[in-house]
Amino acid sequence: MTGLTALTIAQARDALAKKEFTAVELADAHLAAMEQARALNAYVLETPERARAMAQAADAHRRGAAARPLEGIPIAVKDMFCTADVRTSAGSRILEPFVPTYESTVSGNLWRDGAVLLGKTNNDEFAMGSSNETSCFGAVTSPWRRKGANTKLVPGGSSGGSAAAVAAFLAPGATGTDTGGSIRQPAAFTGIVGLKPTYGRCSRWGIVAFASSLDQAGPLTRSVRDAAILLRSMAGHDPKDTTCVDLPVPDYEAAVGRSVKGMRIGIPKEYRVEGMPAEIEALWQAGRKWLEAAGATMVEVSLPHTKYALPAYYIVAPAEASSNLARYDGVRYGLRVPGKDVTELYERTRAAGFGQEVRRRVMIGTYVLSAGYYDAYYLRAQQVRTLIKKDFEDCFNAGIDAMLTPTTPSAAFGVGEKSSGDPVEMYLNDIFTVTVNMAGLPGISVPAGLDAQGLPLGLQLIGRPFDEETLFALGEVIEQAAGTVAAERWW
Amino acid sequence: MSVDAKTVRRIAHLARIAVTDDEVEHLKGELNAILAFVEQLSEVDVKGVEPMTSVTPMTMKKRPDVVTDGGNPDAILKNAPATQDNYFLVPKVVE
Repeated sequence: MTGLTALTIAQARDALAKKEFTAVELADAHLAAMEQARALNAYVLETPERARAMAQAADAHRRGAAARPLEGIPIAVKDMFCTADVRTSAGSRILEPFVPTYESTVSGNLWRDGAVLLGKTNNDEFAMGSSNETSCFGAVTSPWRRKGANTKLVPGGSSGGSAAAVAAFLAPGATGTDTGGSIRQPAAFTGIVGLKPTYGRCSRWGIVAFASSLDQAGPLTRSVRDAAILLRSMAGHDPKDTTCVDLPVPDYEAAVGRSVKGMRIGIPKEYRVEGMPAEIEALWQAGRKWLEAAGATMVEVSLPHTKYALPAYYIVAPAEASSNLARYDGVRYGLRVPGKDVTELYERTRAAGFGQEVRRRVMIGTYVLSAGYYDAYYLRAQQVRTLIKKDFEDCFNAGIDAMLTPTTPSAAFGVGEKSSGDPVEMYLNDIFTVTVNMAGLPGISVPAGLDAQGLPLGLQLIGRPFDEETLFALGEVIEQAAGTVAAERWW
Repeated sequence: MSVDAKTVRRIAHLARIAVTDDEVEHLKGELNAILAFVEQLSEVDVKGVEPMTSVTPMTMKKRPDVVTDGGNPDAILKNAPATQDNYFLVPKVVE
């Protein structure tokens, strides 16, 4: 990863402006790296022709007019985003083949600002997973390995392909989606930055829907500054998504480097869970010290309903998924398995098209919404969700500016280590991230160091609604103190 | 609460997912593991708590009730597995 692929978005942007190289050269460098890294299975579709055409257009645009914010910056797009005339799969056999005739608002915003599409990245099927092992294209292999071992590790999920691509220098930035931790957990596992914005900050239009009241798009990058740069382009009002807010998009990059002096940072005591490795506790402690050294004050706070967030999530998310995924019926797009009547056609198509985890979640969702069970499960989960949100509101109303927590309860695990047996074991990966989705808040994961096995760990910052700027300011302090990490190339 | 094999079949039918006999046993175990996990919600006192219906408090956006899109049958049918004369084709539904 020498040369052009080593650059961050900010560095590439500034070098392009000084004409040190062209957007075509930058795209070509990444396309070559992608070709050499196919063993990682990070991309499910490379789009070299489109990348070169978009890069040429960016170079031409730069010659003729003022450069746009992402002029010539190559980006990888998670395969949950519909991209016009470029195959979009959501990691599922049921969408094979699906070539959208329209562009998602978020990816469209990136192209509007001059970015270049490198390809579509792998993800857990319909973004349901925490290891990127449920994709119909197979598992993604993390660029990271334990010290002195060659066990294949997962990059986390569901945005595992985006995280692996950014961590392995196959793209300087990528889009992800986060429903329960799907941006922040893979970012933590691969030693990069991942941000889930406030619910409503980015349009969901044109993104394959998983759980509509939880889904948010966000950036994965190798620096806090780059996340700020990408979010500014991705965010913004969209009349096509009724939950997308009509609020001005701040210059997020201006918040990077802003003083955090006097800020009050909540340390939620409920995040100190039993069985958490001592290294994670130590890292959390280090994070507190770094923020204190920058002038912030640590305050112990309580979020009493934390332990109920994950069980409530496993009612709300499958319920919404069972409803959203009803559209995959073998009639309008994707796979069709014939049957003797239309019901058999539906049942066979969905049995063949959905993988095991998706079938499981659709069935749980169907059950909790079915007659007689709705109040006991779904209604109660939505009431618990109100309580989870109130826990955060109480802290923010008491003058807390943001919270600091670990991103995950462990470092990355091996491919296959958690994919058999009890599904709940895998779900526990999201224990620290899922509360943020349930409350609709913004959260960022910033790399904070390596564990004894040489694997990256992340710290999470949780902010007030629509206060991503504070997260960028605090995230930059952690990044400056912890430094960046990179996997040794073996592929 | 837990589900038996009969309930698994009923849910699968409601979800329009064909299941084989082998899968039913397996699914029963997995679904019951998830249901046992979410069971802990019953210990939360939710009396008088409003269920969350809107993540971000906002008034519903409205637009004029006019046609804003349409006239693209080719684009709409482009990914369909079977079509005829600008219609999606399905097995006979009405005798």
